[in-house]
Formats: sequence, structure tokens, C-alpha cells
Amino acid sequence: MLEKIQNVLRTHLDNETLEITAATTFEELDLDSLDLVELVMSLEDEFGIGIEVEETLVTVGDLVRLIEGLL
Amino acid sequence: MDSEHINSAAARTNLRIAGTGAALPERCVTNDELSRLLDTSDEWIVTRTGIRERRVVTTDTITQLAVTAARQALAEAEVNAEQLDVILCSTLEGDTKTPSLACVVAGELGAHCAAFDVNAACAGFIYALDIASRYLQTGASNVLIICAEQMSRHADWTDRRTCVLFGDGAGAVVAQRGGELRHLHISTDGDDAILNIPTNSGNSPFAPDKQPPQFLHMDGGEVYKFAVKAVLRELDLAARSGINAEDIDLYIIHQANRRIIDAVRERTGQPPEKFPVNIDRTGNMSSATIPVLLHELTQSGTVKSGQTLFFAAFGAGLTSGGCVLTIGKDD
Repeated sequence: MLEKIQNVLRTHLDNETLEITAATTFEELDLDSLDLVELVMSLEDEFGIGIEVEETLVTVGDLVRLIEGLL
Repeated sequence: MDSEHINSAAARTNLRIAGTGAALPERCVTNDELSRLLDTSDEWIVTRTGIRERRVVTTDTITQLAVTAARQALAEAEVNAEQLDVILCSTLEGDTKTPSLACVVAGELGAHCAAFDVNAACAGFIYALDIASRYLQTGASNVLIICAEQMSRHADWTDRRTCVLFGDGAGAVVAQRGGELRHLHISTDGDDAILNIPTNSGNSPFAPDKQPPQFLHMDGGEVYKFAVKAVLRELDLAARSGINAEDIDLYIIHQANRRIIDAVRERTGQPPEKFPVNIDRTGNMSSATIPVLLHELTQSGTVKSGQTLFFAAFGAGLTSGGCVLTIGKDD
């Protein structure tokens, strides 16, 4: 799951070598709340699920846990 | 969220826009001015919304703006108030809950035809076009559509996430038979949680729960998702009617957030010049955004005869709609 999100993020940010770990925060990636919504829309399409963007999403790991809980 | 049940442009009498008008309040509020009232900044607002300033009602009224916009549209269409068959006013709320804003405007204009308000939130212009097309189909000659919104009355000016987004204003069009209506579709995806403005409770001694004054509530992320999907759905429906992305000369999309328009544009692969914006100067004026932008584009000569325009809007309800109209040679 982390790998999939890493790939979507790298495509989204147009940087194929970007280092992303579970502890990476969206703020570090310079993603604001609407960028996060765009990212979530890509992931919704990829997994065929509806993901509600929560304000508690701070790190990539938070998003991994949220999606794993929905699958 | 896929439905085509009202999409019947092919079966309709055509609709042309014979005149446009717009009116904005005098008072301009910049992001810097808001930054002095709230914990926000010009940079924060611009990067997330594309908005730099908005107009807000002070001593002017939404009725006055509606009447000014209507008079301009009527003058351009060379139609007088007595020739109108119906006045449709899209608004969340005029200066009075009753009479409707449409009736108040009819009085100001000296019209005696049917006049009523339509509340489809930000998608109101497309809803009004749909109703207008049906009136025209059944014999009407002139339909006046006015979209007039005083969002500054509904916004919560203590909520920095939402109050910065909105502005006040009015736009109007006169619709007549003719032109080439190629797609018109409206729909709802009922959801009152992610975007709403509750009514106030009144003072009935029999109602137990009294609430403090209520303002606009929005879950921005969820509304963003709906908005992008709703516009793409309208483009998909238009494509099924044989209208492809490259056939459209101007994408006139509800000006709610620059980022929504950019997200749609990226997915269409069409150039930025096809996606006009005025949100930087107006903020989100709910249903008034499309007719105000259309008026500005008409006045500047950007909208030309023979062009195909795509209108799309989305709002509380959740409502959405799309329309494809080719501007006739005679318009």
C-alpha cells in the first residue's frame, strides 16, 4: 500500500525519485489541503473506494492506515 | 451519479441568449483587508482559491443589483418589460423571504408576467436555463433570467476557511427562441451534510430547540471532489451527444475556486485560454458567477458569433448542471 501511494505521489508531484516514507508529512511535500484532495481522488479511482479527507491526515502513513481500513 | 433522464436538448425548442447584464456592489474587499480581520493572508487565499478581491453589499441592496443587471440585459435584447413572458430569479434569498426577489424585480421593472424564484444554489443559472427552455418550447418569446446572490449575508465572518471565498453580485440574461442549444442537463445528488446554510429557528413558543444564528457550512474537500466530478460528468454527457472537448470554444465554469477550474482543464487537455476566469475579482457569487462572467466576455468581445460555449455549475443540494450552446450568427 505504501508503495502504491508513493507511486501516485511521485506521479502527482512529477518527481520519480522523491524519497517518501510513512513518516513523511504532506506539509514536507508542500501539499496543501486541496492537493491532498486531488491525491485522494486519484487513489479513490485506483482502489474503487470513497475516501473522506480528514483533517487528522498529517503523514503518508496516516493515509496508508485510512485506506487499509477501507479495503 | 450517472443519469441522463432530463438530458433532452435534441427534443427542445432552441434557446438563444439575446442580451446580458451584470451588476456588482461598490464596496471592494481585498485579501489584505480580510487579513486584518481574520488570521489569513493574501498568499494563503490566492494559492488555494485564485481570489484576490470580492465585492460586498453595504448600503446597496441585492434588489438594486438584480434590477440593474436585468435592465442592461433587456436593453441589449431590445425587449421591454411588457414583452416578458416570465421572470426567473435564481437566488438563495432576496431582501425578503416573501415576496420573492423575482416579484420585487418585476415590480421595479413594471412587468406583470409570471415571476418566481428558483433555488438550486450555485447551479441556479443552469436550472433557470432549463426552465426557460421549457417555457420557450411551449410558446413563450422572452424569458428574463436573473441570478442575484448576497453571499456576504450567509457567510460566517468568523470562519476564515469559508468567508474569504464569497462575494455578492447579480447577472442577467434574456433568453429567446433561436440559437443552437446542443446539450442541457440538470441533476441532483441529494446530500445536505457537506454544504448547507441552515434556516434560523424563529421564536415559536412550541419549538423546543432554539439555535443561535446559523451560517454557511462547507466541507471544502468533499465539495471539491463533487465539483470536479460533476463538471466532468457534464462533459461526458455532452460527448455522448457528439460534442467533443475540442469542439468547445469557451468553458464557462461556475467560479467557485480557481483550483476546481484548473483540475477540470487538466483533465480535458484543452488550453487555458478556453477557461476564462473572473473569480480573482469577484469571489464565489453562487449562481451569479456564470451570467456575470458571460456578460463580461460578451462586452469584451471574447464571446463571438459561431462559438460553442460550455456552461457547468455545481452547488449545495448537491445540484449540478451543464449546457452547450452555439452562439448564432444573428446574435
